[in-house]
Amino acid sequence: MLWTALVTMISDMTALTLLAEVSGGASDSWFWIVLTGAATNIACALVGCFLVLRRMSMMGDALSHAVLPGLVVAFLFSGSLNIVPLFLGAVVVGLLTTFLMQTLHQYARVPSDASMGVVFTSMFALGVVLIKKFVSGHFDLACVYEGSLELVVLAETVVGLPRPLFTTLVVLVVNLLVLILLWKELKITSFDPALATTMGISATGMHYLLMALVAVTSVASFEAVGSILVVAMLIVPAATAHLLSDRLAVMVPISAAVGVLASVLGYVAARHWDTRIAGMMTVAAGVLFALTVFFSPRYGICSTVVSNLRMSLRVLREDLLAMLYRVEELDRAKRLTPAEAREAIGGGWLSRWSVAALRREGRVIMDGPQLQLTDIGRESARRMVRSHRLWETYLVEHLGMPLDHVHEPAHRVEHFIDEQMAQELKANVDSSKQDPHGRAIPE
Amino acid sequence: MSPQLCLETLILGTLWIDTLSLTQKVMIGTALLGGMAGVVGSFAVLRGRSLVGDMLAHAALPGVCLAFLILGSRNLLELSLGALISGLLAIGIVAMLVRWTRTKQDAAIGIVLSTFFGLGVVLLSVIQKPHIGGNKAGLDSYLFGEPANMLSSDLVFLAAVATVVLLVVAVFFKEFKLACFDADFAQSQGWPTLLLDMAMMSALAVVTIVGLPIVGVVLMAAMIILPASTARCWTNRLHIMLLLAAGFGVAAGVLGTRLGRGLPAGATIVLTAAAFFVVSLLFAPQRGLLAKVIAELQLRKRIASEHLLRALYELNEPSLPQRVPVPIQQIQESRHWRSLPKLLAAEVESGLIERTGGNVLLTSLGMRRAVELTRAHRLWEMYLMQHAGIAADHVDRDADDVEHLLPAALLLELEQQLAATGRLPETITEVPDSPHELGGGPGASP
Repeated sequence: MLWTALVTMISDMTALTLLAEVSGGASDSWFWIVLTGAATNIACALVGCFLVLRRMSMMGDALSHAVLPGLVVAFLFSGSLNIVPLFLGAVVVGLLTTFLMQTLHQYARVPSDASMGVVFTSMFALGVVLIKKFVSGHFDLACVYEGSLELVVLAETVVGLPRPLFTTLVVLVVNLLVLILLWKELKITSFDPALATTMGISATGMHYLLMALVAVTSVASFEAVGSILVVAMLIVPAATAHLLSDRLAVMVPISAAVGVLASVLGYVAARHWDTRIAGMMTVAAGVLFALTVFFSPRYGICSTVVSNLRMSLRVLREDLLAMLYRVEELDRAKRLTPAEAREAIGGGWLSRWSVAALRREGRVIMDGPQLQLTDIGRESARRMVRSHRLWETYLVEHLGMPLDHVHEPAHRVEHFIDEQMAQELKANVDSSKQDPHGRAIPE
Repeated sequence: MSPQLCLETLILGTLWIDTLSLTQKVMIGTALLGGMAGVVGSFAVLRGRSLVGDMLAHAALPGVCLAFLILGSRNLLELSLGALISGLLAIGIVAMLVRWTRTKQDAAIGIVLSTFFGLGVVLLSVIQKPHIGGNKAGLDSYLFGEPANMLSSDLVFLAAVATVVLLVVAVFFKEFKLACFDADFAQSQGWPTLLLDMAMMSALAVVTIVGLPIVGVVLMAAMIILPASTARCWTNRLHIMLLLAAGFGVAAGVLGTRLGRGLPAGATIVLTAAAFFVVSLLFAPQRGLLAKVIAELQLRKRIASEHLLRALYELNEPSLPQRVPVPIQQIQESRHWRSLPKLLAAEVESGLIERTGGNVLLTSLGMRRAVELTRAHRLWEMYLMQHAGIAADHVDRDADDVEHLLPAALLLELEQQLAATGRLPETITEVPDSPHELGGGPGASP
């Protein structure tokens, strides 16, 4: 299935290319820019998902800086900005960096984040010095930081595609192939390296492979987006997808989609305000992430707040019902006014809302100025009080807790005891029909 | 000090600064920066927040740009204030992401770092527009650092920041230390850990941002981590680590500026700091790699020597208390040796054995050592068998592993424990019998 996806994707790309050629002229520069941005984003998101899951997001930052001396040396040896030696240099230095970080952490007991910081900043400094010393004039250091997606259309073309786009596509295909071929291995080493090792899959090998991919991907993205913004493309869409899904097979496509969306939105915004495209793509990705943080259906802050609120409302309503039941139990003639009831469960707008909701649900009616349980209301209140007293009895009988300590836990847990558990509790406590305080346990 | 004296010192100091050459100014500035980065970096490294410096450095960019856009000035103080605000905002966002969502610390740092930087790049391009009126010349130095731009006023500013930061650290030393090593304990003792944490982070933010125009973004992150990690190699005590880190920072600043003429100063400073780190990593007395290798070799040598003595004792055992010469061939067969000839030579050197032709004789000193060792070995074997329930055919290997590490106090305890239960053989006061069949050479019988 994944193969079909790959083939579809490549043919889509070809179709888009043809489309661009048909439409022709300079007016379609937007097309190449967005396509390059999107391809970079997808390539980054594919490996980024694993970085996020393995909690080594900062490796993206580290590697994209650390490869600098590798690029310079490769350039010095090959004498050109040909992409193949640059990739080679990046992979070698990327693996070396990974190795150094691990060695520092393992053998010299440098904390893992400090060893990362030590290695990549030193490598970067080395790169800066090498550039100044040997190749000043060929490398624009500012480009390392910012990238210039705008210039994509001015680059020479390879097989009909602008060079940066071509490079990125090659890396995208490589990443996709590795992901498809080693899907199972990458997945298991990300989630449970110890299990992977016992199954004969080399967790270390996968780690180095992933780091090599990150190094290559960041180098391919340098020209277009620069070394810091590539960190955004690696991590932000992946982290967004992580907030939206619990399944890796879903997370990867979502992150790719978020990346594409960020490129399109970023391009539009950049054109609108006439600013840097790569920077705007990053900001767009950040905005998408922020939106997800708030509105993700399962892990968003809003849904957490809403479900917490819903839970407290349910607890309040049930507490109110149980209290009305107890009042009735003590003195058949006594009733509470809504104000008294609200006061008893803590007051405030939540309790006001609870009383109103109970009346709306028909569990409580107004009997003159006072609240009166309906039959349905009394039934659910009875169940609540029953759970409460069963739990108290259980705590005293089986855990030997003192009498004055059992009310509080029972008050908390009564909302979560369903009928089946109540039955089990009933079967486990002595058949006496009274709770430890001497009150009857309702049937 | 009276206020007047303070003022006079300050004025004199300022006058003195004006007499300095640019190189000297740069050197003093980078030294000040290195010193304070070392101090605040120590806390960051110890708390596992090394990369926060990196994040702060990147996240400062939009603040710098906004400060420029709003205030329209290139004043270092005002730009730094903007940087500080956006840096602290970034720290706050990371803390909230970690607290409220399932995004982990590393991803949160990466996201905030890169998104803020992206925003900074966008704002930079806005600033570059002609009608806003700016070339971004002064702002570019925030990316790459330009020590040569240092003015006398910047130097005074740096010195002031350094004084404040060092004072804060000195005043709250005890509190910071506690929050660093045992935050839970600090909290249980009623210390305001959140406030302390924020104070530490703010100090880090201030130093990072002050350093940005001097060494640039990435290399500022290095200045936070490198001197602190270097100092960590040398000591386990916080106050010494702080002093050392400050020292390494200052040295890196001065040497880096001096050595790196014609090269980007930020990079050479960092490379100098990195050189300090590598040297410390290799040669530090306790945590250094070289020290570890030496200790490992010595341990191996000691273990081999102890194996030899015990093997000799066991070969001597049938004829005790007489010491007899043992043929080397027999020793060779008693167990696996890494390099027996070298080992024998070393033992002859230390006077534990004598060689006569193809035979080896324990000296009386060697015999005493051999008796001690064998006793420890057998006691431990017995302990393992009787108290840890390890089978007789497994104890020899386990005992081999630990007998070399047993302290004398534990030996005594074991002995008493065994004696108390009546299991310490009284007949042989020196060495208890081996509880298992002795393997080894053909002549060796228990």
